[in-house]
Amino acid sequence: MAAEVAENSCGGLGLMGRILLWLPLALFAALALFFASGLLRPDERVITSKLVGKPLPAFELPQAASDRPPLSSAEFAKGKPRMLNIFASWCVPCAAESSQLLALEKAGVPIDAIAIRDAREDVDAFLARWGNPYDHIGLDARSSVQIALGSSGVPETFIVDGQGRIVHQHIGDIRAEDVPKLIAIWKGAQ
Amino acid sequence: MKHILFLFALFIAAPIYAQTALPPAPYADRQLDDPALEKKASDLMLTIRCLTCQSQSIADSNASMAGDLRSQIRERIAAGEEPEQIRAWLIERYGDWISYEPTDDPLLWPLWAMPLLLLLVGGLLVAARIKRKRKGT
Repeated sequence: MAAEVAENSCGGLGLMGRILLWLPLALFAALALFFASGLLRPDERVITSKLVGKPLPAFELPQAASDRPPLSSAEFAKGKPRMLNIFASWCVPCAAESSQLLALEKAGVPIDAIAIRDAREDVDAFLARWGNPYDHIGLDARSSVQIALGSSGVPETFIVDGQGRIVHQHIGDIRAEDVPKLIAIWKGAQ
Repeated sequence: MKHILFLFALFIAAPIYAQTALPPAPYADRQLDDPALEKKASDLMLTIRCLTCQSQSIADSNASMAGDLRSQIRERIAAGEEPEQIRAWLIERYGDWISYEPTDDPLLWPLWAMPLLLLLVGGLLVAARIKRKRKGT
């Protein structure tokens, strides 16, 4: 039909007509390539929080572990940068990162934590088994603070400067090679 | 025999959710009593993307975080918040990614312009044909 439109007076196809004739196929090929590349490219899995660089949202959480005080956002506005670890006793990578958190604590980094959808006895058992690097632990039974933080899973670790501004978000478990980088960011936030 | 026993054992095995021991949040799987408010909430939930199962909306997902977000949305709608306020609040935290509804971001202007453009091209094609037909007869 496209060719019909552009037929010239001699009945053959002009240059314009020839272009029009191939245009649909070219468009189809371009779309097919575009969709194929979308299918073959691995899905973007890591969703970063857009609150990095912005103030930590205000929250006040109840106690999560028997031997640690509860956590509120006021802890993060006392002039010293701190780490905020999002974990859960039911989360396997959280157990995997425990020795790195203990190493960070040993290096002098104060760490607080939020336990997601957890129960007191489970948190106690988890900390007894894997070690307890935390100063305060708050219980977020409905993930509401986690959502307010723009965090998309466990474990995640935020570094908050002394004025309560989020300076860094680490997504996933902390590996041994991440520890020096995190200490450097924490020192940089002083 | 062992295999058959194993298959039977599967029937009585409780599914293991590597997620959480807590029961779901109060409004995760319970509708609001007011149908108008429930419609507002569920329309929003269908367009909010699940963070755990990233190709599902939170209305479709069984992930515990999706349940918590459903409950939070219902509670906030019941407390008088507008769906678009909640969407904006979520976009502030997770970026455009969280919403299935296209925004008015300049990046998406070609998308909004496309129907008009196609209509225009169609109109031109029809006009050209009519002109040719008239000439022909």
